[in-house]
Amino acid sequence: MHEQDTEGVKIGLEVHCQLTSLATKLFCSSPSDYRGKPPNTNICPVCIGTPGSLPVLNRKAVTHAAMIALALNFKIPERMLFFRKNYFYPDMAKNFQITQYDRAGGVPFATDGHITLDSGKRIRIGRMQLEEDPAKLSYDGTIESSTQTFVDYNRAGITLVEIVTDPDFESPREAREFLNKLSSILEHLSVSDLNLEGSVRCDANISMAGGRRVEVKNISSFKEVERALNFEITRQRSLTSKGIKVMQETRHWDEIRRITISLRLKEEEQDYRYFPEADLVPVTLTKQFVQDVKKGMPEMPEERAKRFQKDYHLSGETAQILVREKALADFFEEAAKHSKDARQLGSWLAVDLQAYLNEYGKSLEELKLTPKHFAEMANMVSSGEVSRGAAKTAFVEMLKTGRMPRSISEEKGLKVISDTGFVESLIDKIFSENPQAVQDALKDPKAVNFLLGQIMRATKGRVDPAVANRLVRERLAAAKGSK
Amino acid sequence: MTKKQRQEQFISEKEVEHLAELAKLELSKKEFTKLRGELNEILGYFRLIDEVDTENVSPTYHVQDIVNVLRDDTPTPQQPDMLLEDAPQKKDRFIKAPKMI
Amino acid sequence: MAKQRILELPVWEAADKIRGQEITSEEYVAATLKRIREVEPDVHAYITLIEEPALTQAQAIDKKIRRGGDLGRLAGLPVAIKDNICVRGFTTTCASKMLENFVTPYDATVVERILGEDGVIIGKTNLDEFAMGTSTEYSYFGPTKNPWDTSKVPGGSSGGSAAAVSALEAAFALGSDTGGSVRSPASFCCIVGLKPTYGAVSRYGLVSYANSLEQIGPFARDVRSCALLTSVIAGYDARDSTSSDKFPADLVLKRSLPKLTIGVPREFFEEGVQEGVSKTVRDAISRLEKAGVKLSFEEISLPMLKYALPAYYIIAMSEASSNLARYDGIRYGYRVPDRTLDWGTVFSKDRGVGFGAEVRRRIMLGTYALSAGYFDQYYLKAQKIRTLLRREFDGAFKRFDLLLAPSMPILPFGLGEKMEDPLQLYMCDIETVPANLTGIPSLSVPCGVSEGLPVGMQLMAPPFREDLLFQAGRLVEDLLPVDRSAGEFTHA
Ligand SMILES: [Mg+2]
Ligand SMILES: [Zn+2]
Repeated sequence: MHEQDTEGVKIGLEVHCQLTSLATKLFCSSPSDYRGKPPNTNICPVCIGTPGSLPVLNRKAVTHAAMIALALNFKIPERMLFFRKNYFYPDMAKNFQITQYDRAGGVPFATDGHITLDSGKRIRIGRMQLEEDPAKLSYDGTIESSTQTFVDYNRAGITLVEIVTDPDFESPREAREFLNKLSSILEHLSVSDLNLEGSVRCDANISMAGGRRVEVKNISSFKEVERALNFEITRQRSLTSKGIKVMQETRHWDEIRRITISLRLKEEEQDYRYFPEADLVPVTLTKQFVQDVKKGMPEMPEERAKRFQKDYHLSGETAQILVREKALADFFEEAAKHSKDARQLGSWLAVDLQAYLNEYGKSLEELKLTPKHFAEMANMVSSGEVSRGAAKTAFVEMLKTGRMPRSISEEKGLKVISDTGFVESLIDKIFSENPQAVQDALKDPKAVNFLLGQIMRATKGRVDPAVANRLVRERLAAAKGSK
Repeated sequence: MTKKQRQEQFISEKEVEHLAELAKLELSKKEFTKLRGELNEILGYFRLIDEVDTENVSPTYHVQDIVNVLRDDTPTPQQPDMLLEDAPQKKDRFIKAPKMI
Repeated sequence: MAKQRILELPVWEAADKIRGQEITSEEYVAATLKRIREVEPDVHAYITLIEEPALTQAQAIDKKIRRGGDLGRLAGLPVAIKDNICVRGFTTTCASKMLENFVTPYDATVVERILGEDGVIIGKTNLDEFAMGTSTEYSYFGPTKNPWDTSKVPGGSSGGSAAAVSALEAAFALGSDTGGSVRSPASFCCIVGLKPTYGAVSRYGLVSYANSLEQIGPFARDVRSCALLTSVIAGYDARDSTSSDKFPADLVLKRSLPKLTIGVPREFFEEGVQEGVSKTVRDAISRLEKAGVKLSFEEISLPMLKYALPAYYIIAMSEASSNLARYDGIRYGYRVPDRTLDWGTVFSKDRGVGFGAEVRRRIMLGTYALSAGYFDQYYLKAQKIRTLLRREFDGAFKRFDLLLAPSMPILPFGLGEKMEDPLQLYMCDIETVPANLTGIPSLSVPCGVSEGLPVGMQLMAPPFREDLLFQAGRLVEDLLPVDRSAGEFTHA
C-alpha cells in the first residue's frame, strides 16, 4: 500500500470489543460461547427480553473492564450507572440497549484514557463503557433483496466494551498502530480473543481539511481499518480535486469489494432518549477495589518490551515488534529458554519471520512450528555453524515444511566451509578463470570483493567469509611479491 | 388550571407525528387528532411542576441505597425451546422478523 | 361446615383448619371454584382460570397433610395472580391484545414462593392493560365490576385481584402497585391491600410498567391474612438487582401497640377529595383517638405533595415508553401479516393495533418526556421533585411513626363514568403516588362507608416498617369494623 498524503486528516475511532473471556453474558447466566451453536440455543428470558425478566450484572465483566481501564490509563469514577439507549431495530431484544452514558447524570465506566504511540504522540480515549451486544441478523441472499430477516439471539447480551477515541489520528497508519497496541493490551490482559469471528467491530470517523465528517461503519476487524481509511482519503481527495464538497454522511465498509458505500446522508440526529436503567443499581468502584485489580494485573506490552530490552539485550525496535502480539512475545520467551543468543533469535522472529508472514499472508500459528525450531536456527548462526546468509535458505525451508533447521542444513550441505585446502583449490580455479579481475584487485584493494563474491557464489555462501578473505588476500600479496 | 392553560398548544401536529414514529405507533387519522388534544391537555397539567425550584437538587434515580449487585460468572443450563414457542413466525430455529428494506 | 361458609372464615383461620384436617384443601378449592362459577358472570375478576391443576395440587397437599409432611404456610389456600405476573405454562396477557396468546415460559419469584409454601394458584386476574389505569376498565377483555356494587368500578389497575378476594373468589390475591394499583382497588372493594417497600418483594416475573416505582403487593380480606401472604412473598431475590435483604424474616404481628404517633398531612384532604371520603376518614381518626389506644394524631403539611402526581405520571410514562418498546411482534405477541412490509412499518402496525388507547397515550407522553429538548424540563425535573418529596417524607418520619391519608380521593364511581377523560382518571391517584415516588410501604384498610360505598384509609410507614402498618391496620380493623355483608357479592 503506497503512502498517502495525509495532510489535514483527522480520524477518530469507536471500537466495540467482546469480552470473550467471560463464561456468561453481561446481564444473565446464559453461556457466552455462542459461536458455532445452533440458532437460539444460548438464550434465556433475560437476553431475549421476555416480559418480566430482569438483568443482573456480571461481576467478572466489571473486573475485566476495570483492568482494561487501568491498562489504557483511564480514570475510573467511584460510582457509575447504567442507562438505556432507546431505539427500535430487529436485532434488539428489548428495543433498547443497556449501556452507559456521559450526560444527564450518567457516568460511563471510565473517562480520559490514552495510548501513547511509538512516536511519543498521545491518542486520547474520551470514554469507555460496558454494554450489551445485539442479536445477529441474517437474510435470504442480500439484505436488500431478502423478503425476511432471520434473528439469532445467541449473541444478544454478550459483553461489549465500547472504546471511543478523540479525533487525534492524523493518518491511517497512526490508527493502525493504535489498534495494534490496543489489541496487544487486550491480549495480554486475556480479556478478549480478537481472532474470534465478530469479536471486534470498529467505526471510524474521518474528515479532511475543508470537508465534512464522514463516518465509516461496520469495519469487522482491526486489519481492515487502515485499508478502509486509506480508501476514504483517496475518495475524499478525488472529490475535492474535482471541486465537489465532501458531505457529512455514514458509509459502510464493503470488505469484499474494498470500498466504502454510502448508507445515508446526514439525517437528523437519532433521538436515543437515554435515561437511567432502574433495574440495575449503581456500581461503586472503591479505591481498594481498583488497587486490588491493579495488583492482579498481568504484565502489559510496554513493560514487557522494556524487560525484553533489559533481559535479552534486544533493540527497542525489535522488542516493540515482538510485543505487538502476545502470542509472538510468548513464543519468543519460550524459544529464548532454548537459545544461547536471544538477540539472534529476536531478529529471526521480528524481522525474517514477519517478512515471510506478510508476504504469504499467514500467521505464526498456521505454520505449526515450535519455539525449538527458532532456537535451533538462532543457535546454528550464533555458533558459526551456518552463516547468516546460508541460514536463510534453511529458514524458508523450515517455515515451509516444519522440519528442524539443522537437518535441513545438513541435507542441503549449508554448513560453513572453513577447510583451507578446499578453499585454496577453489581460489586457484577462480583466479585462473578471471585473470583480469586478479589484475584489477592487485591495483585496487576494493576490487577484491568481486573475487570474494565469485567464491561465495560457487559455494552458495557456505565458505566462512573470514577464511576466504584471509586466503584471497594472502594469495594476492604473494602474487604482488613475485611480480 | 385556567382555561387558557388548557388551550395552550404544547405539542404541534408535526411533533405528534415525530413521536409516533419514534415510538413506532401507527395512528389512524381520527385518533391522531383526538390524541393531540389529549396530549396537550395532559402536558398542560404536567407543567404544574414548573412552579418548583429544583436548582441544585439532584435527581432520585433509585429510591434505595443499594449498590454493587453482582452475579458470579457461572453459566446455568438454558431451556431455550420454550422461549421459541411464543414467536409468531419461525424458520428452523431462527425467529423471523420482517424484511429490512 | 357448609361449603360456601368455609369461604367466609378469616383466611388465616381456614389455614389452621386445613392444617388440622378439619377441612380439606380440596374442599376449600372446590368451594372457591363453585363460587367463581356463580359470581363471575357479574364480577368478571378473572382472565384465566386454572381449575384442574388447582384441584390436583389441592389433593396433593391434602395427601401431604395426612402423611404428616412438612407443610408450607399457605397450605392448600387458593391464590389469584394478577395477569401481569408470570405463571409458567399459562398466558400472561397483561389484559392486552398484544399478549393475548403469550404463554409464559417461567414462574415469577413470587409465584415460586407461593408454590413453595403450598399455596394453590387458582387463576389469573383482570387488570387495566399493562397495569395502566385506575378502574380496570382499560382491559382488552372487558371491565371488572365492583363486587360491592356491580354498577361501580372496582378501582385499578389490580381490580380483578381485589374483586376476586372481595367476592370470595380467592383466599388471597397478588396485584401490582405502580401508583396505587393495589391500594385503589383494595379501597374500592373494601378489602386490605399493601404496597410493600420498594425492594421488599422481588419484581422478577412482574411485567414492567414503570420499574422504578412498582412493587407486587398482596390483597386479603383481613390484615392478619394480608401479613401472612406478605411474609411469604417478601425477601431477597438474587434475580432482581433492586431486591433488598432488609425485609424482616420474622414478621411478628404484635397485638399491643407501643405508643404510635401518626401525622396527618393536610394536603391529602384538600384539592379533589370528595367530602364523603374526607369526612369518613376524619371520623375514623377521631374514633381511634376516642377509643383511648395509644395513637396520637397531628395535622401537618407536606407542600411538595401538590407536585407528586404530575411528577409521578411523567416518570411512570417515561419508563413505560421504554419498557413497552419490546412488544414488536417478533419474539412474542401480536403480529400483523407482513409479507411485503419493511420492519419499521410492521412494528408500527403491530403496536398500533396491539396496544389499547390508554397504553398508546402513555407511550406517546413518555416518549415526549424523554426526547431531546424536553428531557430536562420533564423527566429530569420530575426526578428532582422526587428528591424534594423524599426529603419531606424523611422529615415527617423523624417526627411520626406513621402517616395517614384517604386511600382514594373519591368513592367508587360508575362504570364508564371517567373512561373518556384520562386526566380526570389520573387525578384519582393523587393520594397513592407519593408512596411509590418515595419507595415507602403503604397499607389500605377499610375504615368506613359513605353513601353506601366503602372508604379506605391509607397508612404509610418508613421503609421496611410493614410491621408497624400491620399493627396499626389491625387496630383500625378491630375498632372500625366494616360490615362487608352490606356489599352485593362480598359475602356468600
Ligand atoms: Mg455502543
Ligand atoms: Zn440469557
